[in-house]
Amino acid sequence: MKILKNVIVSILILFFLTNTSWSKNASEFISSLTDDASQVLSSKLSDDEKIIRLKEIGEKSVDIEGVGLYTLGKYRKTLTDSQKEQYKELFKNYFLKSFSGRLVGYTDAKITVLSEEIKNEKYTIVFSKLIGTSDRPEVKIDWRVYTKDPENPLIRDLVIEGLSLARTQKEEFNSIIVNNDGSIEALFDNLNKFLEN
Amino acid sequence: MNRIITTLFAIFIIQLLVVNKTLSNEGKVRDCFEKLNRATFALNMGLDKVIFKPISKGYRKLPSPIRTGTGNALNNLSNLITIPNNILQGDFGSAANNSARLLINTTLGIAGIFDPANSFGFEKREKEDFGQTLGVMGVGEGCYLVLPVLGPTTIRDTVGSFVAMNGGDVWHNITVRDDEEYVKEFKESDYWASRVTSGVDFRAKNLEAFDAMEKNSVDLYATVRSLYLQDRKKKINNSSDKTEAMDDGDWDTLENQ
Repeated sequence: MKILKNVIVSILILFFLTNTSWSKNASEFISSLTDDASQVLSSKLSDDEKIIRLKEIGEKSVDIEGVGLYTLGKYRKTLTDSQKEQYKELFKNYFLKSFSGRLVGYTDAKITVLSEEIKNEKYTIVFSKLIGTSDRPEVKIDWRVYTKDPENPLIRDLVIEGLSLARTQKEEFNSIIVNNDGSIEALFDNLNKFLEN
Repeated sequence: MNRIITTLFAIFIIQLLVVNKTLSNEGKVRDCFEKLNRATFALNMGLDKVIFKPISKGYRKLPSPIRTGTGNALNNLSNLITIPNNILQGDFGSAANNSARLLINTTLGIAGIFDPANSFGFEKREKEDFGQTLGVMGVGEGCYLVLPVLGPTTIRDTVGSFVAMNGGDVWHNITVRDDEEYVKEFKESDYWASRVTSGVDFRAKNLEAFDAMEKNSVDLYATVRSLYLQDRKKKINNSSDKTEAMDDGDWDTLENQ
């Protein structure tokens, strides 16, 4: 009976330790990431230099390939291998340009991590807020962190005031494909045009 | 009193007999009039460029206390439409909280410019409208629409606005309809001034976000549509922390491939 009790206690301790490990990683990961981004944004670097630094941060902290496939929705099943390779490259460039372009205007972005919710071994949601200023209200930002590899957590979605950026991106891409008779090439053309500008 | 009863009756009839049967189709974007909507969206973007954005930029140059006071007064006014909807949704706690806020801020807060109610423990809660109430009652959002000047909406939200304009909104009643015996100080222009200021206040708070979205979207129309529909869904579910997108289902399909 005592052995059974010890086994149960050990399992519970292991469970809590493992959970703590995911949660700690995800929160610390977001804190450190937002601190880095905040430093870049508030620095005296030129916009072009800031964009380069932000792209580096985005590349190492976001699961760009996963997000790219997610945003294709049902159309990802229709891609040929060569289209898949082409899309991966296009989406990566599109994402980094769009991501850095959206952020570079915020020179006084300070984000505070509030709490988190461990959904399962694959996902932890980290809750945070962008501190308000006299020109901008406080904004809630939730981060969907992919924790399948606990040593290398990656962001898969940002939910700003309850609005998912990944979902918005998915519906945007879907709209382009649908309005071009299901043609994935039309999406590629649009992404290429965006990258050329 | 008759108007309130008529409004309530209309909501239930709409829900039970018409809208619920024909419009409920959650989970999929229903853009039945997309060509027309895109044309209206282009018109609105043009109007924004030459009218609303420059005005909002000018508004942003006002001293911060003036903008905060304006925002507070508009929020206070919105309680007139939020409170009846709190009651219709069965959220009596929020109805009581918002009524106390309206009373305290209108008097001690000088027409809502200041927010002393917060210091008394009556914290600000989410706004509610008749479109949200219809959603809470189970009415589907129906087709997505873009209205000239007013912007994105759905058939359900348009029905909600119709209810507000036909007796459901006390502020509209005492200004535009001019049918309240006890309050005669307000004119129709007050109503439209409050609506326009509310739009400018919102636009001014989101100048950078809109610019970034415009610059970094490959299909801005679809982006705005997605954000509007997600926002309405969130408000109807009264879920400030989580959205449907937080469900793992969508991501699991990716995982399993």
